[in-house]
Amino acid sequence: MASDLVHLYMRIDHLPQMWCPGCGNGVIMRDVAVAIQELIEDPELDFNREDFVIVSGIGCSSRAAGYLDFNSIHTTHGRAIAFATGIKFANPKLHVVVLTGDGDCSAIGGNHLIHAARRNMGLTVIAFNNDIYGMTGGQYSPTTPNGDKATTAPYGNVDRPFDIANLATGAGASFAARGDIYHARETIDIIKQAILHKGFSLVDVYSVCPTYYGRKNKKGDAVEMLKWQKEHLVPTARYYSMPESERADKKLIGILSYNDYPEYTDEYAKVIESCRKKDKK
Amino acid sequence: MSKAVLMQGNEAAVEGAIAAGMRFFAGYPITPSTEIAEGSAARLPQEGGKFIQMEDELASIAAVLGASAAGMKAMTATSGPGFSLMQENLGYGAMAEIPCVIVDVQRAGPSTGLATSPAQADYMQAKWGTHGDHPVIAISPSSVLETYMLIIRAFNLAEKYRTPVIFLMDEIVGHMREGVELPNPNDLIINRRKMSFHDGANKQCYYVPEGQYVPAMKPFGQGERYNITGNAHDESGFPTNSNEIAGKLVGRLLDKVEKNVDDITRVDEYAMDDAETAIVCFGGTARAVMSAVLEARTAGKKVGMFRPVTVWPFPEKQLRARLPQLKNILMVEHNHGQMLLEVQRVAGREKPVCFLGRIDGTVISPQDILAKLSEMEENHHGE
Repeated sequence: MASDLVHLYMRIDHLPQMWCPGCGNGVIMRDVAVAIQELIEDPELDFNREDFVIVSGIGCSSRAAGYLDFNSIHTTHGRAIAFATGIKFANPKLHVVVLTGDGDCSAIGGNHLIHAARRNMGLTVIAFNNDIYGMTGGQYSPTTPNGDKATTAPYGNVDRPFDIANLATGAGASFAARGDIYHARETIDIIKQAILHKGFSLVDVYSVCPTYYGRKNKKGDAVEMLKWQKEHLVPTARYYSMPESERADKKLIGILSYNDYPEYTDEYAKVIESCRKKDKK
Repeated sequence: MSKAVLMQGNEAAVEGAIAAGMRFFAGYPITPSTEIAEGSAARLPQEGGKFIQMEDELASIAAVLGASAAGMKAMTATSGPGFSLMQENLGYGAMAEIPCVIVDVQRAGPSTGLATSPAQADYMQAKWGTHGDHPVIAISPSSVLETYMLIIRAFNLAEKYRTPVIFLMDEIVGHMREGVELPNPNDLIINRRKMSFHDGANKQCYYVPEGQYVPAMKPFGQGERYNITGNAHDESGFPTNSNEIAGKLVGRLLDKVEKNVDDITRVDEYAMDDAETAIVCFGGTARAVMSAVLEARTAGKKVGMFRPVTVWPFPEKQLRARLPQLKNILMVEHNHGQMLLEVQRVAGREKPVCFLGRIDGTVISPQDILAKLSEMEENHHGE
């Protein structure tokens, strides 16, 4: 199946991808491609490949847009969600999927993230969250844990980190979820639900960066970092069946918040409709 | 049939843009441009178009570029501080060749400056504000009717050359109210980008036929999959590290404007036939210059007005053609001497160039200009 996926939905001329050995980004890119493939191939649903637009910003994560064989736009640092807002609002039938990173969407692009969530603009945002600025060589990001090291935090990070899914929830996102690269099947299903969701959806997917974050913080290689995910990130059903005491050092993989607020472009269509009725009168 | 209405420059910008086919506006409130956002919010849904107030100017221009990539004619409007914030994505629009119109209703700076006072000090920012060599087209209106007509031209040029066009207004024109007779919409010429890719090798999305400069553009969601990027890219639209391909790309982007300068550049000349002194000005400043020219002519002085309407590229060919008849040039602008540098560049050592500027947020009056002309005459006699 994997090779079919590559031939069908990836731009093989542009592979192999440029990420470091052990990077988690390729797994997330594949999860996104599988999620879209399953939606397109589902006979009960009406998803067309040509209606998908992949939007990315700048950073390691954002190279994914060029590898996926859909309409794709690789924008400027932090602005992917704002470009995506224009694309979605201009043509609401499009499925606009934003591939971004922890720095791209919660530092330089944090304002656009919270406002797209507040408006309930019908975008799907997939954050490739590796706790570090990888493209520039390992500086601390808004999700780098307090006390961890980075090239710009040689004595340990003084900042307190964001939890991106909680941030989106706080900003009013009608769908906010968390995924990771270890629990690939669960994460694919979460991404599918996020794309199916009518309003704004965000999936904060925990990646791994063994090259910069892992090495600086003695987290071991990619396998060790995946083991950490296996032990500390827990899918919904199991998470809620755990005793409270066991949850302390664990995080939920699944949907954190959900509601059915009206979607922005639907609401604006009503404004157009009412203006046109007045014109006719 | 044309209709007579009383309107403000900012309102004319909205109506002209809608006549040009603008159906998407994203913006952020800022004095003295806010009426353009307000007008778009009221008018666009009536035309089936879309207005959105974004969280800042960075988002505004990004949304405009996104909407244009999805096939809409799109615009934003701002003033100096917001224009500064838009600069990075202005360069993205030039590099990725996404048409749009950016209105900058200039106010007195720097920084927050005098938010409600006029200035023309974004002239150089319009050309050099974003990083990297890139094509720039900027147009500056000097009346309400001209705002209406020229913003249509701004959209036409944006579509034709696939590049952002800067509509460089100033507070004088933005807030000026005049009675105007708007043309019949059927009499307007409206350009639209070519909506399918050029026929060529593999129908590459950035393929340009020999002897042409502009790739055709098919919007997202209309059947062809392709990639847009701000990285240096080849004809397929994908990033490249080849210096040769990058050099050719940037060369072609610059050529779009440089090789078509006669199509793009427009000037307005008044009483220039026998003029020995040319007063060069642009935008709202022209109103005081026109009065001064009329008065100077009454007093028998051979003075004319030379007004770049296209302010970038600077109409150097047209100014150079006037040099032989001139004794001197007076540049009048509401800044510390920005277009002055272009005029000096063209005039070289051939003709003296005098300057009358203003940086305190007040308006240059016809009397100020007449006084400057007299001063120039006295200095000349004193030589």
